[in-house]
Amino acid sequence: MNQTQALQRTETMQLNVGPSHPSTHGVLRVLVELDGELIVSADPDIGFLHRGIEKMCEYRTYHKCLPLMNRVDYLAGEVNNFGFCLAVEKLLAIEVPKRAQYIRVMIVELTRIASHLFWLGTHGHDLGAMTPLFYCFREREKIMDLCEMASGARMFPLYFRIGGLAADLPEGFLPAAADFVKSFDKLWKDYDALLTENIIWKERTVGVGAMSAADALDWGWSGPMARGSGVDWDLRRDNPYSSYEEFEFVVPLGTKEGDTYSRYLVRMQEMLQSNRIVKQALDKIAATEPGDIKCPDPRVSLPPKELVYTDIAALINHFKLIQEGITPPAGEVYQAIEAPKGEMGFYIVSDGGPQPLRVKVRTPSFVVLSSLDKLAKGRLLSDLIALIGTMDIVLADVDR
Amino acid sequence: MNKAVALLEEKFPEEVVEVVEFRGDTTIEVKPERIVEICTALRDNHETAFRYLSMIAGMDYSPASPRFGVVYNLYCHKHHNRITLRARLADDLAPAIDSVATVWSTAIWHEREAYDMMGIRFNGHPDLRRILMPEDWVGHPQRKDYPLRGH
Amino acid sequence: MGIEEHLGYNVLTTTLEKLVDWGRKSSLWPATFGLACCAIEMICTAANRWDIARFGMEAFRASPRQADVIIIAGTVVKKMMPAIQRVYDQMSEPKWVIAMGACATSGGIFDSYAVVQGIDKYLPVDVYVPGCPPRPEGLLYGILKLHEQILKDPFLTQKYKESLQARREVAA
Repeated sequence: MNQTQALQRTETMQLNVGPSHPSTHGVLRVLVELDGELIVSADPDIGFLHRGIEKMCEYRTYHKCLPLMNRVDYLAGEVNNFGFCLAVEKLLAIEVPKRAQYIRVMIVELTRIASHLFWLGTHGHDLGAMTPLFYCFREREKIMDLCEMASGARMFPLYFRIGGLAADLPEGFLPAAADFVKSFDKLWKDYDALLTENIIWKERTVGVGAMSAADALDWGWSGPMARGSGVDWDLRRDNPYSSYEEFEFVVPLGTKEGDTYSRYLVRMQEMLQSNRIVKQALDKIAATEPGDIKCPDPRVSLPPKELVYTDIAALINHFKLIQEGITPPAGEVYQAIEAPKGEMGFYIVSDGGPQPLRVKVRTPSFVVLSSLDKLAKGRLLSDLIALIGTMDIVLADVDR
Repeated sequence: MNKAVALLEEKFPEEVVEVVEFRGDTTIEVKPERIVEICTALRDNHETAFRYLSMIAGMDYSPASPRFGVVYNLYCHKHHNRITLRARLADDLAPAIDSVATVWSTAIWHEREAYDMMGIRFNGHPDLRRILMPEDWVGHPQRKDYPLRGH
Repeated sequence: MGIEEHLGYNVLTTTLEKLVDWGRKSSLWPATFGLACCAIEMICTAANRWDIARFGMEAFRASPRQADVIIIAGTVVKKMMPAIQRVYDQMSEPKWVIAMGACATSGGIFDSYAVVQGIDKYLPVDVYVPGCPPRPEGLLYGILKLHEQILKDPFLTQKYKESLQARREVAA
């Protein structure tokens, strides 16, 4: 017996989760060191979707950066463009017309609901709840239809332009959006009934990934992650942009445990609040003048076609805008918005030319993923999947 | 924001190079040598309370010299205001600055990305290795002399 | 024709090759290989509105050993390429590749240092589905085109022809 004991030794096991894995929400590789089922350390290895978006922006005019920005957080396509357009408009110091601001808020909040629905469906699916996935996709398809009605594309509407919108809302959009808003609150009750008081769901999520408010700030958490830990912070309310100060909404906070279940409750409530904002936006849009959707500043917007064909100055303006693009003054700005996943920031440095000197995209998923090791230590391997799900990461958001 | 400028001008007068107010944002350019002390002061002071680091961006200002820089963006939850710190690094061939990972834990990954993309070394960083590019990648892609389509 | 008249409606005659091809195309199980944004549209194709289960393909297999088709949905980044190659090599024959989206077809809008300009530089692609991302109907159309290809796959006749050729060469 003593000889056997002397020969026995234990060592930890290295497990490679990903990059091709059904539950990692994309191409994420996590190098996990396991002591039996307990995680000793979890080191995320990212970069499998690094496409070089920031560097590509330096070779394009500001407008040509918009398709790249759409694909940073691909679940909330237009939200990225919202932040980028706001940053460039800040740089240019131009004012966007009210109607365009309200339409932007409406599209962004609808996209927030779509992003949270996708998160709910996939997070549930990872933890074994397959039914919410189909319920959530049913509503998400309605939002995709609305985006398609407005711009022609489902996931990447590319509807926002620097200075306003590409075009006004088509006929039939406002009634269709009103239908969605009316039906969503009731349909939300379906997801709530499936998961919120579900024993298995609570077993998998309560107590998993608890983070205190102070630690959350230290690790750069923002958005629903921080609010789930009790940090009362929402950029739409605290540093409002694009007329958010005119909207009434509540910022939901999580439970005092600050765990995965708390973050689930926060995101569920956020969907309802976003619906509330969309309802208010629809009323505000109906009260504004149709057609007034782009800032008429000649440095930014193309002049009206009648002038281009008759006035030489307008023709030259049109030509220069198409050839060169927008040329903001030299300087640097940082604009942060409340994206569905947290604080999304755009740091744009301009040297006075038509191409930016540097575009840095501060993405919430990148920051949140860095704390995976801290959250996963000492937990079971199956909790790792719950943690990756609760972080609501999108790998293009992480890697850009 | 004025409180931050006031604090830095009081505690670190030789370190402040320039203060820029542009479009409502305040950017303070500081010398890189005492960056950890500056960040700790901004974080711990009751008036400024910048307990949150939004981002660290590595910068390449070629063809200007000094070529490399590091930009920090801080947020204060008490007053809901922001400030940007900028540090230009003296050495164009081997840019280096102290790591602020001890001040904000979130800096760990931001600094790894700045090292990977720009080649800026962060002294005292707990785990300085590539993060986005494969481990055996040669070159720092976001530098201005690195071609867009690679080699 | 002739023999079927005598056997009635209970017996179907066909060639073995056509039967196997029909069986293969009716339950092509995809490997889970969503890389980027196209993966979201692929999931939408599998969800309730564009139900891919109609084609017998809702069983996305996590293990490549059990998969028949790999839908490369998304941007192929150089760092990810070894993993893709490994997964493709582990799939057992017969296997097909669908390049979904502009990025898998040719690198898409990402002409940069980190992106492989098209998966066909490394894997043999059977169907290219353009779009950024392609609509779920677009992906389904691509899948149907693959079904057409599979139905015409002369794997037995090819083998028979090759073995006949080999025997002729030995005899000669």
